[in-house]
Amino acid sequence: MNPALEIFLSALLILGGFFTFLGSLALIKLPDFFMRLHGPTKATTLGTGAILLVSSIYFTVQGTVSLHEILITAFLFITTPISAHLMAKAAIHLKLTTAKNTRHPATNTSDTKAP
Amino acid sequence: MLTIALMIAFALVSLASLMSLIRLLVGPEPLDRVLALDTLYVNAIALIILFGIWQKSPLYFEAALLIAVLGFIGTVAFSKYLLRGDVME
Repeated sequence: MNPALEIFLSALLILGGFFTFLGSLALIKLPDFFMRLHGPTKATTLGTGAILLVSSIYFTVQGTVSLHEILITAFLFITTPISAHLMAKAAIHLKLTTAKNTRHPATNTSDTKAP
Repeated sequence: MLTIALMIAFALVSLASLMSLIRLLVGPEPLDRVLALDTLYVNAIALIILFGIWQKSPLYFEAALLIAVLGFIGTVAFSKYLLRGDVME
């Protein structure tokens, strides 16, 4: 395989793995559900999208033109905002508590406890 | 070169799965566990794709597509159930 292409694919792989790790790190470190919702959306689009792109280019270079990964990428790009939106809606209706000094989406004030 | 990057990506994505498992066990609300499950689905997709690159066989992508579709349906069903008490109104 072309060395420049190999370096490019390796860099994309490490980038994708790093963003996936970062998305899950947000699940552990952040103190609030609404803040934790930010992490996995980035992990899905950037992280898994980069890994799928690497797989697509790798198998196209090997001989067989493979479009399955583009299909998975398109599906993930469309469905990640939908699931994040639904989870945020459920969190507002369930009146989950927010961290200190943040506005609660239901009451729009800075109370630490939900009504 | 590609093998080394593959192993690093494997390690990072496995650590990510482990951390979302921790959130799945700890999470004080049921919605935290739904979010952790959604992240686990996507990390499983990444792991399967990486395994397919490692084994040099395009055989495993149907499994990844299945997990993507069913994982999304599971997350939406859980969220709607927690939102209203009923999956379809």
